[in-house]
Amino acid sequence: MKPLQGIIVLEFCQYLAGPYAGLRLADLGARVIKIERPKGGDACRQLATKNMFADGDSLVFHTINRNKESYAANLKDPADLEKVRRLIARADIMTHNFRPGVMEKIGLDWDNVRAINPRIIYGEVTGYGRTGPWRDKPGQDLLAQARSGLTTLSGNADSPPTPFGLAIADMICGTHFAQGLLAAYYRRQKTGVGARVEVSLLESIIDLQFELFTTFFQDGGRLPHRARRGNAHAYLGAPYGVYRTRDGWIALAMGELRRLADLIDCPALKAFDEADAFARRDEIMEVIATHLATRTTAEWLAILEPADFWCAEVFDVQRLLAHEGYKALGMDQVVRRPNGTEVRTTRCPIRIDGERLYADRAAPVLGADNPKIEEDLLHA
Amino acid sequence: MKRPLEGITVVDFSQFLSGPSASLRMADLGARVIKIERPGTGDICRSLYVSDVRVDGESTVFHAINRNKESYVADLKNPADAARVWKLVEKADIVMHNFRPGVMQRLGFDYASVRARNPRVLYGAITGYGREGPWKDKPGQDLLVQALSGLTTYSGNADDGPVPMGVAVVDIFAGAHLVQGLLACLVRREQAGRGGLVEVSMLESILEFQFEPLTLFWQDGGQPIVRTKTNNAHPLLGAPYGVYTTSDGHLALAMGSIPQLGELLDCPKLLEFPDPASWFQQRDEIKAILAEHLATNTTAHWLSRLEPADIWCAEVLNYRQLVAHEGFTCLDMVQTVSTARGRQIRTTRCPIRLDETILKSPRGAPEIGQHNAAIDAEFGLDRAPGDPSPSEPQTSLTP
Repeated sequence: MKPLQGIIVLEFCQYLAGPYAGLRLADLGARVIKIERPKGGDACRQLATKNMFADGDSLVFHTINRNKESYAANLKDPADLEKVRRLIARADIMTHNFRPGVMEKIGLDWDNVRAINPRIIYGEVTGYGRTGPWRDKPGQDLLAQARSGLTTLSGNADSPPTPFGLAIADMICGTHFAQGLLAAYYRRQKTGVGARVEVSLLESIIDLQFELFTTFFQDGGRLPHRARRGNAHAYLGAPYGVYRTRDGWIALAMGELRRLADLIDCPALKAFDEADAFARRDEIMEVIATHLATRTTAEWLAILEPADFWCAEVFDVQRLLAHEGYKALGMDQVVRRPNGTEVRTTRCPIRIDGERLYADRAAPVLGADNPKIEEDLLHA
Repeated sequence: MKRPLEGITVVDFSQFLSGPSASLRMADLGARVIKIERPGTGDICRSLYVSDVRVDGESTVFHAINRNKESYVADLKNPADAARVWKLVEKADIVMHNFRPGVMQRLGFDYASVRARNPRVLYGAITGYGREGPWKDKPGQDLLVQALSGLTTYSGNADDGPVPMGVAVVDIFAGAHLVQGLLACLVRREQAGRGGLVEVSMLESILEFQFEPLTLFWQDGGQPIVRTKTNNAHPLLGAPYGVYTTSDGHLALAMGSIPQLGELLDCPKLLEFPDPASWFQQRDEIKAILAEHLATNTTAHWLSRLEPADIWCAEVLNYRQLVAHEGFTCLDMVQTVSTARGRQIRTTRCPIRLDETILKSPRGAPEIGQHNAAIDAEFGLDRAPGDPSPSEPQTSLTP
């Protein structure tokens, strides 16, 4: 039995952060119903990356919304709104990511919803919180990254600000959102009271950097300083980084410099000791880089791995997916629509009671589940 | 306000970041977290210094990750210590660790053994690469998993080579997923009365983080994922998506219409791209035009033209600029915690708000073994004469 079986979630969220939380709740067994406007639905349905679609919806939408249902409703239409209010009365959790003020206008803000269903867990995602000078700014991933300082951590010392090349603010925020909703639901089981749960892209992406901010607060406010070449972490000393070999790339994590010098037979590296690892990071990394470039990745791995020196080959997606280390995980699954449309995608990363959690239901067609949802929840 | 996990006890055997970041979140949400640490060194993270900053002789990151927890020192290979830890485990709601596969079996605290003595327990385990396959015994370290997982191919520009993400994202996602799984099982336990096993691996967690490029990759017949030549911010997105250098700083531009940008920025060359499909297909060319144009004036100048038109853009800030900005200070994101020695440390707070309340806790990270005596007394963990608490200075034990 999946742990959240029986829990009903109404998702008024669009795009990524909120729906990613809904996806996780669905993975774990909840019944997640997207409430979508009849014209177009979740805007993510048309927001394609690489211009790729499947059965009329963007692949990105498919990725984020598999294993959910769709209920089309026009919240400006009193009859539809009344049905939605009745769904809310039956729901355990509802989530939205409208800009401040929108739910108040519709009459589905926290106070109104609480009057309908005092036990509900009411979740909200914003870009920057509900107060302050940024509250009305678009809550978009790259913009949150830009404001949060995150772009100063990746890339090399003389690279321009380097964003994380995936939607990190959305993803970490959605992850925190699911945590908050679940914790509040557990409290409701214990105490019977509902809750308001709020997260924002900015608070979440600052939390992602909590180690770095804590260091920044203690070190007198020095700005993070990236390594000159092969940087992997602004605050970690050599050898931490990525290095070119004769035929590819290798990553080295923490490890004693003297030991590394012995293992890879690099006399020049013996000029440095642990006290230099951070202070003289660029020089040391240069010495290591020059040396590692002389042999193949496989040759270095054959030396370093048996000695349990922390290292790894650098793969792209193609090479990873072909590797036995990937295949052993059973990490992908095929999801299907009733009309036969198939999409291969990932599964939930959490295993429960030794089982991987799969679900082969694809993202819903807009409004496809209206009759069933009304039958189950409004007529019963 | 009642914190949601009040009354929950977590016995945490984990070290470094992945596991401890999970128990930190549970502590934020109200759980009592007891770190089980080995005599001498304790959590190895205590001596993992970043840059050259130390607090009370320990690493700053240890303090960030372990605030609001208790520390109980025990040598799990010593039968008397193990017996005491068993008494804690028997009363725990959650037991968790992040050892490599097999270690907890050897120590005797594997799931089957723990469940036998505590049937309602929720048992959480984080591994590097799962329990099966050729990588299962490899070190589960953040950068190494980034390297193997393909994650270094998204950031930076096309010719940059691998660019790791400069935060321990793998550790953090694995820890966050563990919390999700444990909370879901806590809900189930409340409903159905049974415990459960929750497992995550760093590799699976960071692969799920890549669900968008992976799903596209499977659909498009395995086309390589290509970063743009310059100004890359996401390899799957078209122009203008990226960060651009201005005459006095940097500007981020998210999705937007290229001809509209051409008009707002007075950049006629951009009007030559009316077809939205071209914004992806010719993104290198468009980005080059934008980069050259945006370098000619200040960030404030460009923002004054773009923001009123609701174009998605933002100034790029560094840490100093951010923490001085009202957009940051209004969040009340910083809290001060006190260490056992009375030192004040500024760190961040839990990012989740509950019932319009911010969750802070003034308690700092514990000293190694700080809570042994109190926990011994509370749980009735008697010590025989001549059986010193391992929290006392160790001379004979090797770490």
